[in-house]
Amino acid sequence: MAAGFARDRIAVAALAVLILVLLSAVFAPVVTPQNPYDLAQLDILDSKLPPGAKSLDGKSYWLGTDEQGRDMLSAILYGLRISLGVAVLATVAALAIGMAIGLLAGYAGGWTDGLVMRLVDLQLSFPAILIALVLLAVTGPGVDKIVIALIAVQWAYYARTVRGIVLVEKGKEYVEAARCLAFGNARILFRHILPNCLPPLTVVATVQVAHAIALEATLSFLGLGVPITSPSLGLLIANGFVHLLSGKYWISFFPGVALLITIVAINLIGDQLRDILNPRLGSHYGA
Amino acid sequence: MLSFILRRLVQSLLVLFVMSLLVFAGVYAIGNPVDILINPQADQAEIARATAALGLDLPLWRQYWNFLAGAVSGDLGRSFVSNAPALHLILERMPATLELALTATLIAVVLGIPLGLWAGLRPDTAVGRLIMGGSIIGFSLPSFWVGVMLIMVFSVELGWLPPTGRGETVTVMGIQLSILTWDGLRHIAMPAFNLALFELALLIRLTRAGTREALGQDYVRFARAKGVPMPRVLRVHVLKNILIPIVTVVGVEFGSVIAFAVVTETIFAWPGMGKLLIDSISVLDRPVIVAYLLIVVLLFVLINLIVDLAYTALDPRVRLAGRSA
Repeated sequence: MAAGFARDRIAVAALAVLILVLLSAVFAPVVTPQNPYDLAQLDILDSKLPPGAKSLDGKSYWLGTDEQGRDMLSAILYGLRISLGVAVLATVAALAIGMAIGLLAGYAGGWTDGLVMRLVDLQLSFPAILIALVLLAVTGPGVDKIVIALIAVQWAYYARTVRGIVLVEKGKEYVEAARCLAFGNARILFRHILPNCLPPLTVVATVQVAHAIALEATLSFLGLGVPITSPSLGLLIANGFVHLLSGKYWISFFPGVALLITIVAINLIGDQLRDILNPRLGSHYGA
Repeated sequence: MLSFILRRLVQSLLVLFVMSLLVFAGVYAIGNPVDILINPQADQAEIARATAALGLDLPLWRQYWNFLAGAVSGDLGRSFVSNAPALHLILERMPATLELALTATLIAVVLGIPLGLWAGLRPDTAVGRLIMGGSIIGFSLPSFWVGVMLIMVFSVELGWLPPTGRGETVTVMGIQLSILTWDGLRHIAMPAFNLALFELALLIRLTRAGTREALGQDYVRFARAKGVPMPRVLRVHVLKNILIPIVTVVGVEFGSVIAFAVVTETIFAWPGMGKLLIDSISVLDRPVIVAYLLIVVLLFVLINLIVDLAYTALDPRVRLAGRSA
């Protein structure tokens, strides 16, 4: 009992942290001391200052500055917007696509189902990072390209989850009853079967958002993700990596901390959701 | 059994063929390498000559056919950049990647199983919780950032370990190995540990869950009731039964480890084939990219095949006929 309560408290704390992260990302232009991509607001004399240092005109750089004199706190909050935006967009799109394919495969059965599931099996037998690398090697870097790569990596998880549930649900009595009332297939699928897929899908989507954030950061770190004009947290870390060997750790360190806090918070919430909704999901790993 | 192996082999070949088609079609859709390789002042005739020399003027299906015919005979084309055979470039770098991946897997197994056992035996103690908390962080930490931080702590701040390269190597049967020299060990420690982190977290969780489940089973309770000492119960009754999923995961994950080595090698400038891939992508060196992808797909297909076969050998309950994958 005590363990359950402690777990709850951790999940509540994680939720609070995540809300804070989301708010500061959404309202980054309002809460940050400077717009890190407005060159007029940057002072090259403030280049590579350590955390807590003061600029000549008296303002403090709490997390230091990068090589262009950019305030790291501002850069991180703007980076969070891009990291979260890319991951959430890709997850929502992959969810929609995967759900549609899963519903179709599970409900239609037969060769449609066979074909879709072979494709899912084939894709899931390769790690996500490899598939994303292949796609980005083909398409080249860019925000739209990385969203497409993340969708391509994720859809199979949703398709598999939904298809499994549809197979179970479509044999149940309430579906039979709906059929006896001569409801159309579309109505049965969307009004009767789909609601049963939502709880486990929520869990999968939560875990996948965390994966997507980590994967996007990794790819951007490798230089295959977002462009330098709109750096996500991964690209900020890559930029700082150059200066790491000269001891200027903060340019890489703090974006990573922001990344870590976000991912841990989402994973803890995901764990809690799994316990509450308790779908019998297989563990899936990747990224 | 034989028909199963044959069916699996045919499936594997089919996967290889489909992947070669996808990889080829995909990779050959990226920009025109002639633009990058040739002097920007070159005239039309020179560009045409370079295109013809690289075989890029042929229709796409002809290019694929040439590529496939070459691939079957072990020729995956020449690097646009160094003009060396692409397959040779990849194979030359492969031992470094395999050494890194195997060392990482070893670290994950040697640390992960005992820690998982401990956490499974004493789930409510502080140490048990600490291990589980650590594994959650291991899952959540973006591993490329961990690599960056390892360099920061052990190379920059403490100066204990070198941040890049393989160090001194020893040639064993024509293969260069780092793990046999002290200098090489110092070089491989950080990248291998970094690469091991994710699998380590996975093995801890898997072993812990398996241990907890096994401890509640009748055969374990019976063994304890008749007075079998705990170490023997663990070794004979618990570990033996949870080893099947662990072996499977270690096998399947080995492919992921190789794929993820791309990231680790880039951070630590480890001269493996993953770093070669990233370098090749940035200069659009198509033959090398294609060769890397095909070699990795081949590795994957082999690993999956071996794991499937090992699975049946380990667990006689697995009914092959029922397995479609």
